[in-house]
Amino acid sequence: MSNAEAKSSRPLSPHLQVYRWPITMTVSILQRVTGGALYFGTLLIAWWAIAAAAGPGPFSYVSWVFGSWIGLLVLFGYTWALMQHLLGGIRHFVWDFGAGFSKPARDNLAWANIIGSCALTILIWVVALAIR
Amino acid sequence: MVQLTLPKNSKITEGKVWDRPAGANNVREFRVYRWSPDDGKNPHVDTYYVDLDDCGPMVLDALIKIKNEIDPTLTFRRSCREGICGSCAMNIDGSNTLACTKGIDEVKGPVAIYPLPHMEVVKDLVPDLSNFYAQHRSIEPWLKTVTPEPQKEWLQSHADREKLDGLYECILCACCSTSCPSYWWNGDRYLGPAVLLQAYRWLIDSRDEATGERLDNLEDPFRLYRCHTIMNCAQTCPKGLNPAKAIAEIKKMMVERRV
Repeated sequence: MSNAEAKSSRPLSPHLQVYRWPITMTVSILQRVTGGALYFGTLLIAWWAIAAAAGPGPFSYVSWVFGSWIGLLVLFGYTWALMQHLLGGIRHFVWDFGAGFSKPARDNLAWANIIGSCALTILIWVVALAIR
Repeated sequence: MVQLTLPKNSKITEGKVWDRPAGANNVREFRVYRWSPDDGKNPHVDTYYVDLDDCGPMVLDALIKIKNEIDPTLTFRRSCREGICGSCAMNIDGSNTLACTKGIDEVKGPVAIYPLPHMEVVKDLVPDLSNFYAQHRSIEPWLKTVTPEPQKEWLQSHADREKLDGLYECILCACCSTSCPSYWWNGDRYLGPAVLLQAYRWLIDSRDEATGERLDNLEDPFRLYRCHTIMNCAQTCPKGLNPAKAIAEIKKMMVERRV
């Protein structure tokens, strides 16, 4: 075995730099990222609720911010993050039963997660804009 | 701990481009990670050109040809050349596999070869697996019993023996563990997919009588529960095994013994 000094000078082999992402890894990372984004989205909801409690002035201001094109864009992104994370949660729930681990199942679940979240997001916004 | 970039001494530079073989028509480019403990330089990627008309079909064949005919200093582990010893595990074309069972024709374009990811490099394609082996030892991978030994062997029904299928085939090549981002960030405390698959192999062995102790040993936020079902292990296993599924079964056993 080598001595400690030689060991500490050893380089670390490349990891993220060289690893080709399978779709399952991509969706796993999306689960983390959307989970983080949801903290921010929840703050928006809290802001909206606090403004509603504070009175018509603050509420109309927040409504104006959310109704601006940049506000709508952020809310659209928040909707997608929520749907992606929600469906991802269901994916994990399936795995907790020991199901969905085979090669086709895990790949299909990953794709279904992405396609499903995009479809649900568009559906929600079509309905929301239609009944506004 | 999560560190997305490589430490300063591990940054990879462009290395030497070796000569193309003269008069060859079917030449393939191999880009191979190099690091030597002796010259004080950072790791670099050397480019070699191999005449595929005069080379075996597998990536290991090309590596051996490079070592024999182009650059004898190239260092890598290999032994059985038939996917049963696990020595030639490395990162080829972005995923971990055995060089001896990976066909050169499975890779499009230049063949990029790196050591198993996020490991200390001993030299070139040889990673230090000491921690990996110590973790394997920590799960006590042998039959543990309390009842007196039978006159002959420990018997097992066909059905119970079948439960070991998909587990006993593991050759401990470490492809799965070193493909796992959780193991990259917490390899000192998280046991990783290979060792957990081995742990499950003993947990469901009908002859083993230490199931409770084994589960106690795994009941830990890091040792078992750092698995976040990223699935790289199952995607990369060169033997087609499913460590992610084995880990899920251990998690189920943890719940089942409480209810």
